[in-house]
Amino acid sequence: MSIDKKIADDLVANDISFVTTVPCKQLAGVIEEIEHRDEIFHIPSNKEDEGMGLCAGAWMGGKRPAIIMQNTAIGVTINTLATLIQYYRMPLPMLISYRGELREPVACQVEMAVHTKALLAQMNIPTYHFHKQSDVEELDAILKYTFMCNKPVAILTDANFWGGYGDQ
Amino acid sequence: MIRSEILKDIAPILRDQLVVCNIGIPSQELHAIDDQPTNFYMLGTMGLASSIGLGLALSQPKPVIVIDGDGSILTNMGTLPTIANNVANNYILMIIDNGSYGSTGDQPTYTGKKTSLAKVAEACGCDRVIECRDVDTGRVLQEALDSGEMTVMVVKCDSGNAKMPVITMDPVIIRDRFMKAVAAE
Ligand SMILES: [Mg+2]
Repeated sequence: MSIDKKIADDLVANDISFVTTVPCKQLAGVIEEIEHRDEIFHIPSNKEDEGMGLCAGAWMGGKRPAIIMQNTAIGVTINTLATLIQYYRMPLPMLISYRGELREPVACQVEMAVHTKALLAQMNIPTYHFHKQSDVEELDAILKYTFMCNKPVAILTDANFWGGYGDQ
Repeated sequence: MIRSEILKDIAPILRDQLVVCNIGIPSQELHAIDDQPTNFYMLGTMGLASSIGLGLALSQPKPVIVIDGDGSILTNMGTLPTIANNVANNYILMIIDNGSYGSTGDQPTYTGKKTSLAKVAEACGCDRVIECRDVDTGRVLQEALDSGEMTVMVVKCDSGNAKMPVITMDPVIIRDRFMKAVAAE
């Protein structure tokens, strides 16, 4: 089974029915998969903090949300994470394309990559790093953990996990 | 009229509806005028009231009224295309457009100059956009509720704030009682 299908299956199995996305080349396949799932309402957002607002509203409306975005968005959303998602204690799985890691072809992506884990740690956000394809097996447990503790949780997925963005 | 006078005017309409209220003085004013469990007050995060309200409207059937501001929409302008392209007919975005950043000391915004938020909303694809005067807010809001159509209201009014206390309620309590009100029959 493809990784994209497996991720969408895990989202659906965990009753996640509202997903917002800001695209990244690495995430194109999973975004397309989500778009085609009847169980998931897919709403693209123009900026990641906007997307987190949508997710906060969806959760208060009784749906389980998720956001799919690139790690550069951590720089955009620190305030929203602190004063909305964490302050009101809301669950939010964040499936994050971890650009700027091994096999990255674009040098500038490394500039945010070196800050990504430090920022997440500073925010006390539980963080998981998918580096090998088999790491995806933990996704189901991570999603359950997120809705158990009502916190934002980061799942960093690097180029090696996606099969090598840099090799394309 | 200034914002607090409008909120007093429309409080009887807001009372029974789910309301998502913008950060800062708007939330303080609404809280002081008529605190309700059906009110979600934003205590932080500039600009996201319209997005939170849209997510809420798309996820459950009750009407949702967002009380937003011109400064807040300007800071999250990307919200309008998302609203236009994901139609929720239980969603009313009421932009109180006083041409100033009220909560920070009434510094002027561009909507008091050349920028028209109603035209921006229309250009973004919002189908029912109504710009109105402050004195007509209640009538236009009631018509929006009755229309059963997604509506963006731009209420042109005077700049100024009422002196109201800061909200000291815990955010988790605000959120929890709001969610119970959303889920109530
Ligand atoms: Mg204003």
